[in-house]
Amino acid sequence: MTGPNESGHRSWPLWEVFVRARRGLAHQHVGSLHAPDAAMALRNARDVYTRRGEGVSIWVVPSAAIVANSPDEKDPFFDPAADKVYRHPTFYDVPEGAKHL
Amino acid sequence: MNSVRAEPLAAYALGLGDDALVLAQRLGEWVAHAPQIEEDVALANIALDLLGQARTLLAYAGEVEQAGRDEDDLAYLRDDRDFRNVQLVEIPNGDFAVTMARQLVFSAYQYELYTALEHSTDPTLAGLAGKAVKEVDYHRDHAVQWVLRLGDGTDHSHQRMQAGLDQVWPYTEELFDPASQLPGVAVDPATLRPAWERYVTDVLSEATLGKPEPRWRSRGGRDGLHTEYLGHLLAEMQHLHRSHPGATW
Repeated sequence: MTGPNESGHRSWPLWEVFVRARRGLAHQHVGSLHAPDAAMALRNARDVYTRRGEGVSIWVVPSAAIVANSPDEKDPFFDPAADKVYRHPTFYDVPEGAKHL
Repeated sequence: MNSVRAEPLAAYALGLGDDALVLAQRLGEWVAHAPQIEEDVALANIALDLLGQARTLLAYAGEVEQAGRDEDDLAYLRDDRDFRNVQLVEIPNGDFAVTMARQLVFSAYQYELYTALEHSTDPTLAGLAGKAVKEVDYHRDHAVQWVLRLGDGTDHSHQRMQAGLDQVWPYTEELFDPASQLPGVAVDPATLRPAWERYVTDVLSEATLGKPEPRWRSRGGRDGLHTEYLGHLLAEMQHLHRSHPGATW
């Protein structure tokens, strides 16, 4: 927004938006938006993602600051977990009379 | 409602309602034309807040007036000379800087107005003000953010922000012209001036912008005297309702 030139508009960085719906819940990723800086990103997030009362707290994070695994690493990252059923807590009998499990 | 008070009260509610209605319509023109889609949404949100305020105020004006007109009759079936808004809200949007200059001036005024109106002895006006002041607080913040960034941005943005202020400033004085004399019920606009002045002056100085000193000023909006622009705005806003009376979906 520095002037009428198209390149000025395009240069706004991307921000990821996280909204916490209620006290006690974790922030959830809800989407992304463009904004010239952090303060404006927060305001844009308020306007775009909480206009129907969806949230009590907003985080905005520069998209560039997020480190993500690469799709190529999918197998070494996630495959080894697929056949290790013993990692799930399903091998215990629930003692009789135990409540609230 | 005693009849001595009814007419000034209806006129007062109508004036404030028309301010909100006409500005809502103007801001709506930005949708799909703002610099970014995020800004389309921001301006539309502000417009819808104002429209909500207008509905309450026009409905109340109609009720107090006791002439059987509801909010739609007042919004869609009056001609420009019957509108009671200040001229500031009807002037064209101009570029984004002009719109932000107007948003700063108007929302800073409206913030002081609703803050004072919360103490009105009229429960409808006080209730509306209590709810609306939080909306307007955000409108004002939105305008401030942009005025700061454009004013204290590049040479080009500074120049255009200053030009925007120069364009709207002749219409600011009218905001503080006397309104209906209803002690305890209506707010005397002149009393809002010092706080408005302080607030706006601080923002402009932080944004490295100069306060314009126009050589003329608008007047008469509250008496139905308007610029040529209002008629065009109303033609667009009222067209559907007048072509298809009572249309709903």
